[in-house]
Amino acid sequence: MTAATPEPVLELAGVGFDYGPNRVIDALDLTVARGELLVCVGPSGCGKSTLLALLGGHLRPARGTVTRRGNSRTIYQDGGLFPWLTVAENIAGGLPRGLAADAVAAKVADWLGVMRLAESADHYPHQLSGGMRQRVEIARALAAETDVLLMDEPFSALDYQSRLRMRKELVATLAERPRTVVFVTHDIEEAVQLGDRVVVLGARPANVRRVLTLPVARPRTPAAPGVAEAAQAILDELGLA
Amino acid sequence: MRFVRPLLTGLVILAVWWTASALGAFPTGTVPAPDAVARAFAGEVASGRLLDDAVASLYRVAWGFVTAVVTAVPLGLVIGRSVATRQALLPWVNFFRSLSPIAWIPFAIIWFGIGDPPAIFILFIATFFQLVLATSAAAAGVPKVYYRVAEDMELPPLHVLFRITLPAILPDLVTALRVAIGVAWMVDVAAEMIAVRSGLGYLIMDARNGLRMDLVVSAMIAIGAIGIGLDAVFARLARIQSVRWGFER
Repeated sequence: MTAATPEPVLELAGVGFDYGPNRVIDALDLTVARGELLVCVGPSGCGKSTLLALLGGHLRPARGTVTRRGNSRTIYQDGGLFPWLTVAENIAGGLPRGLAADAVAAKVADWLGVMRLAESADHYPHQLSGGMRQRVEIARALAAETDVLLMDEPFSALDYQSRLRMRKELVATLAERPRTVVFVTHDIEEAVQLGDRVVVLGARPANVRRVLTLPVARPRTPAAPGVAEAAQAILDELGLA
Repeated sequence: MRFVRPLLTGLVILAVWWTASALGAFPTGTVPAPDAVARAFAGEVASGRLLDDAVASLYRVAWGFVTAVVTAVPLGLVIGRSVATRQALLPWVNFFRSLSPIAWIPFAIIWFGIGDPPAIFILFIATFFQLVLATSAAAAGVPKVYYRVAEDMELPPLHVLFRITLPAILPDLVTALRVAIGVAWMVDVAAEMIAVRSGLGYLIMDARNGLRMDLVVSAMIAIGAIGIGLDAVFARLARIQSVRWGFER
């Protein structure tokens, strides 16, 4: 677990958001410390993706304030890659603008290596498996070297084995290149394996029902102390026990 | 087999036509015999008139089509990306799209007189509104997630237009262009029935006035063959690497 700094990177104070007459988020207070991996779980349609869009600056809150200290990139469930660009071009497109061509080539080669995508550099997204596409998304987002990474159910379109593999790869990559991460998922096992803290959101309008702190450093197995208890607490909170 | 099957179909059509003509199935002067058409076609080719008419028609279609593309695509992009503009203009685009290009012939003659301009105007009208509609529908259908990624990348508006919207709509646009060039070529015959004295449409009118149905069919064959050629050229656009993704997903 990464040590928190006094000033949070992300801060939501009394945030509310409506889609027309429907109140999606109401009076939400949340802070995320630098280097923290915060996981949000909640029932389907509770406003988790809206929460990420607010944190990413793609939506403005109807009430309250959202403070983000630094820039961010969002990784989507599927379809966030540009299908007319190759893997290498997608990653290059994520790099900060103004870099020299040789610096771009070097960084792209680096990320292709980190994500084991070198052989697919010239492939287009539709020629890749779901897991490979997500690795490109993660590479593109991490290559941007932003302060915050927002992940919107990034592994939910993958099969179970690919999800396990991607979790492991994400943990390893973040250990090498730390970022502040907000990770939205409906997968409780994923939440307790990845999160420094897990925020349980209530049904729409979303509000914080409970915050659980995981006591064990990553990588952690389901058998690690406190993990099973945290999973049970989430199930209880969601009324699924 | 790609070429053999259509050739076989053509031979069957020719055989039926030939037999029906030989048996006197068509009243005199209504449908020419295949050998008469072949002689007329060969004569038109030998005299160079068919080539001149084909070039004249392609020239007008090119002008009408290109002017429609360069005006309709930007307008379609604006309509597709702006809800207010879409609400204001789309019903009128549909209104004018529903009007047959033939309905514009009186205005074409009054506004542009005789020669190429009225025919080009008719061809422009025939393709402009449908291209606006196709482009706007494609632009409106670009997934929102691409624009959110572009926002994260802090791309300026022109980059968003040229690096996100245009590449995203390119497969749909290529299909729309393919349909539009077919329509333009089809409408060309009608456009050349007014105010011009050259082109394959004019050849049909002129031959009809002289009761030369063999020439009429010769011009029809040329129009159909060039139509297939134009379609093949535009179909090849779909094979360009930056377009192909839209057809392979």
